[in-house]
Amino acid sequence: MYATSYHRASSVEDAVKLKSANEEGKYLSGGMTLIATMKQRLAAPSDLIDLRHIPVLRGISIDGRKVTIGAATPHADVAASRELAAICPAICKLAGHIGDPHVRHMGTIGGSIANNDPAADYPAGLLGLGATIVTDRRSIRADDFFTGLFDTALEEGEMVTSVTFEAPEKAGYAKFNNPASRFAMTGVFVAKTAGGVRVAVTGAGSSGVFRHPGFEQALASNWSADALGSVAVDASNLMSDMHANAEYRANLVKVMAKRAVISAG
Amino acid sequence: MTKVTLTVNGRAMSGECEDRTLLVHFIREKLGLTGTHVGCDTTQCGACVVHMDGHSVKSCSILAVQASGSSITTIEGLAGQGELHPVQAAFKEHHGLQCGFCTPGMVMTAVDLINREGGTLTEETVRAGLEGNICRCTGYHNIVKAILAADAEMATGRQAAE
Amino acid sequence: MGVEGIGARVTRKEDKRFLTGKGRYTDDMTVPGMKYACFVRSPYAHAKIGDIDATAAKAMPGVIDVLDGKQLQADGIGNLICGWMIHSKDGSPMKMGAWHPLAVDTVRYVGDAIAIVVADSSGEARDAAEAVVIDYEQLPVVTEAVAALASGAPQIHPEAPGNLIFDWQIGEPDAVDEAIAAAAHVTEIEILNNRLSPNPMEPRATLGIYDTAEDHYTCYTTSQNPHVARLVMSAFYNVAPENKLRVIAPDVGGGFGSKIYIYPEEIICLWASKKTGVPVKWTSDRTEAFLTDAHGRDHASKVKMAFDANNHITALKVDTIANLGAYMSLFSSAVPTYLYATLLSGQYTIPAIHANVRTVYTNTVPVDAYRGAGRPEATYLLERTIETAARELGVSPAELRRTNFIRSFPYQTPVIMNYDAGDYEASLNAAMQAADWAGFAARRSQSEARGKKRGIGMSCYIEACGIAPSAAVGSLGAGVGLWESAEVRVNAVGTIEVLTGSHSHGQGHETTFAQLVAGRLGVPIESISIVHGDTDKVQMGMGTYGSRSGAVGMSAVVKALDKVEAKAKKIAAHLMEASEEDIVIENGELKVAGTDKSVPWFQVALASYTAHNLPSGMEPGLKETAFYDPSNFTFPAGCYIAEVEIDPDTGETDIVQFVAADDFGNIINPMIVEGQVHGGIAQGIGQALLENVQYDANGQLLTASYMDYAMPRADDLPSFTLSHQNTPCPSNPLGIKGCGEAGAIGSPPALINAITDAIGHNKLTMPATPMKVWQALHAAH
Repeated sequence: MYATSYHRASSVEDAVKLKSANEEGKYLSGGMTLIATMKQRLAAPSDLIDLRHIPVLRGISIDGRKVTIGAATPHADVAASRELAAICPAICKLAGHIGDPHVRHMGTIGGSIANNDPAADYPAGLLGLGATIVTDRRSIRADDFFTGLFDTALEEGEMVTSVTFEAPEKAGYAKFNNPASRFAMTGVFVAKTAGGVRVAVTGAGSSGVFRHPGFEQALASNWSADALGSVAVDASNLMSDMHANAEYRANLVKVMAKRAVISAG
Repeated sequence: MTKVTLTVNGRAMSGECEDRTLLVHFIREKLGLTGTHVGCDTTQCGACVVHMDGHSVKSCSILAVQASGSSITTIEGLAGQGELHPVQAAFKEHHGLQCGFCTPGMVMTAVDLINREGGTLTEETVRAGLEGNICRCTGYHNIVKAILAADAEMATGRQAAE
Repeated sequence: MGVEGIGARVTRKEDKRFLTGKGRYTDDMTVPGMKYACFVRSPYAHAKIGDIDATAAKAMPGVIDVLDGKQLQADGIGNLICGWMIHSKDGSPMKMGAWHPLAVDTVRYVGDAIAIVVADSSGEARDAAEAVVIDYEQLPVVTEAVAALASGAPQIHPEAPGNLIFDWQIGEPDAVDEAIAAAAHVTEIEILNNRLSPNPMEPRATLGIYDTAEDHYTCYTTSQNPHVARLVMSAFYNVAPENKLRVIAPDVGGGFGSKIYIYPEEIICLWASKKTGVPVKWTSDRTEAFLTDAHGRDHASKVKMAFDANNHITALKVDTIANLGAYMSLFSSAVPTYLYATLLSGQYTIPAIHANVRTVYTNTVPVDAYRGAGRPEATYLLERTIETAARELGVSPAELRRTNFIRSFPYQTPVIMNYDAGDYEASLNAAMQAADWAGFAARRSQSEARGKKRGIGMSCYIEACGIAPSAAVGSLGAGVGLWESAEVRVNAVGTIEVLTGSHSHGQGHETTFAQLVAGRLGVPIESISIVHGDTDKVQMGMGTYGSRSGAVGMSAVVKALDKVEAKAKKIAAHLMEASEEDIVIENGELKVAGTDKSVPWFQVALASYTAHNLPSGMEPGLKETAFYDPSNFTFPAGCYIAEVEIDPDTGETDIVQFVAADDFGNIINPMIVEGQVHGGIAQGIGQALLENVQYDANGQLLTASYMDYAMPRADDLPSFTLSHQNTPCPSNPLGIKGCGEAGAIGSPPALINAITDAIGHNKLTMPATPMKVWQALHAAH
């Protein structure tokens, strides 16, 4: 790891101020990706602004069917939340299968989506739920937030503070792990929301997480795994690597979509 | 150099280190507790697992400065001097270790797993709970056996205490 | 306290320190003034190196020095060696290219070491390593063995035209060709054995300490054989004379072969310690381990197996190309020859065998022994071939194997080995029963009803452990003898230290060796300590690999114990005024048989050291040394059965059950033997389903971390069902056979035979990843 300077922010304002004072700095949440990347010398932020100790960023609040998850809430807390499981078990299940138990104790929802790894789970969950990402300065629809590989709509110095969504009528998530890294080689989140059916795919797209309109249309008219059977998955925009070529990923996208629908019930 | 203050195995400890120093290196090199190991660079093998404020974490992926102020338990602090925690005892009884390198992380993981899901563990949930720990010697067979045995033993202990 | 002797399930004496974080591994060692090393490594797979400019690096904070290959060469440090000479079939010796510990003019694989940086901290060392500026002139690259043999392929070493190291053969080519021509049926198959990275969880590390006053070196290192390391570093690398070099392999976190070899880093850290005047520690990270630890396997073979009309095998013809990487590692030449082709008879009567093996340089990490070393390659080839033959001949896989089993011993194969004992059918029967082979058809129907593909496969392996005798291996080209030493030191109070040249890095020697002594003398196991891994304590030894520690290392202890007991009996006879022939040792006492006269063990020990009342002419003390050179290998064998269920939607393989039935001869500690089998099977399953070292066309290692190299994890594996059908080994005093590698040898073909059974055709290579299985299913439709 290259040398870096650590700052512990006490509030959102403090964090934003520290970030603006250190242009080459980065926000640090759970660090499960950032520290790992820095260890490999693939990232070299001059400064790290630690968000884990800002109380308002942590926790899950539920108001009717409106869910708000603080950006620094670890995956383990989301996975274990009974209140959340009562209205949206799919997101708890998703969180409970990110990384491993130790990673889930540190890694946070805000860190995950701000990084937008193309194989991360939360981007699919939030895009599938039609969630809103709240930052220190505005609210961004998930549809607008995830803009490409490791790329988001966040501006310089902008910081995710929470995510909110309406609990869907039904939702399900199914993923197929990369046999080595255990990241999603393909993960599909399906949701029947007030705004319609949404299907989001992670781990497969060469531009990161994406929605699948064909699946959405099919499920809108017939919410069943069988409805997906005849919908084509275009392999041309999917990633190819030594573990899974685009053709295999296309197959996985459909199989995981079916399984997500089945798990949603 | 930054001063890092931790409660490690119940004792207040502090030391100076660079901000880039990983918690695992701080524990090993500054505190001299070499039971916590480093087996990979990508947050996967779990040889470095310690408990931070009661939860298992990978100390290779946390900066020492990030952990400052927290309470850390390492393998050395799991049981009293000369004693074995029930999980350690079960690993010995069921031959859940060979070369011993992954063992501290495995044991700390098992303790965390039993803390969270104790009394309900099955072979399947134990194997799932070990997703973040790699062992190259045992094929996991006896590790799984040891954790299930420790879980049963500790559940009996809890019942007796009630 | 009961005696915990041979055959008892004794829990391990060494466990407590590992379980409480008190193990002492090389990276745990610190000495005053110690500094940290980082190696500057080639980012290119093949390049000429020109100017090495370390000016900026040397000026960086904390940097003590930067040293390169020219300095190393100028100081007379020698090139790395391969310790086993193989001659090609034309009689010419193998073509060995120079391997400089630090490259001087050419780098030949990504990770080849070029310079060492010594600094106050590991971070500063790495910062400075990045600042060393090197002129590279890139050269064309070849990573695959078959491509490296093609005309026009990039030339890797001037000493080896066409990249061919040797073209070796064993067996009778004419007899084989005749048998194939006359055969009723010939099965032909091409077999690829995938390249693996051994991945012990403890990365390699070394601490070199030079003592100016004594002109003495100490090397802490992650080694499976510290004595051989000292010998080789002294005799071939000119680091120091043996009496000025102490090598210590403390607790070592697994090896699986990869820690047999003496690597450049150990030599360089010792040399750098002298150059810089500070102790120098280097610890590999995992990516460095993938880039520099010797890899295993990587064979491509063409096979023909001939049968007569009664389904008896009449001949086997094998043509193998083995990738040895960029340099010849220490035992690399022996692995695809004498550890491989000599096992090609398997458990079967095969009248004629011929194997031709070509070994090849490529721009990849050197390849050497990894758990099984040649024997997994032989077993995979043979067991996939016979399985394929059974399908072609329309007979059951078990029946075809039974038809061809060797049934009388000793049995001389056409490829050197003389099998001394075994009962292959017993293991086959036990495995089939444990797996409920007969009930498979019903289970398959149930799977089909759930939309799953089910398959079952077996593998009958044989292996050869404890390479021996020394004179024979010497005649085949080995540079060392393969005996083992032991010293039994009885202290004046009767406690015992056993010094062994074997090395334990997970195998539990501190327990099993102590069991042997406890059982013989009837003394508590707590009173026995096993000492190993330090050249200052143990005189000489050959280390631990090839499943040799029990059969060879413990046999040496038996010999030393024989001498100790003989002397103790003489003393006891003298003390009790009895005849030494009448003395028996039982329950910690020396007794006069048939009487109530006895003296306790400790009293005899004390008498030997007080020397007040010893038989006339007897030297004081009770300490004996022995060297044991076995008369033959040991031949563990067994039958493994895998049953799998495949999800046709994803290609994912679920191992529904895995059964192992092994013959390891007499067993010292069943618990430890079972643990060895579990671990071996897990590595075999890793090879079959998950693990694969892959390079891109430029020679960049694509699988350089656990993000891309799939290690078996707990939820990839089932629990295993084990049993033993033991025939004692006649070649060593304990009747034991090796058990460390069997699991890795026997399991891959069982898995692949099961998967090909499930998918209904044979076109599948390891590892059978979900994508490959899905593709194979897709292709079948």
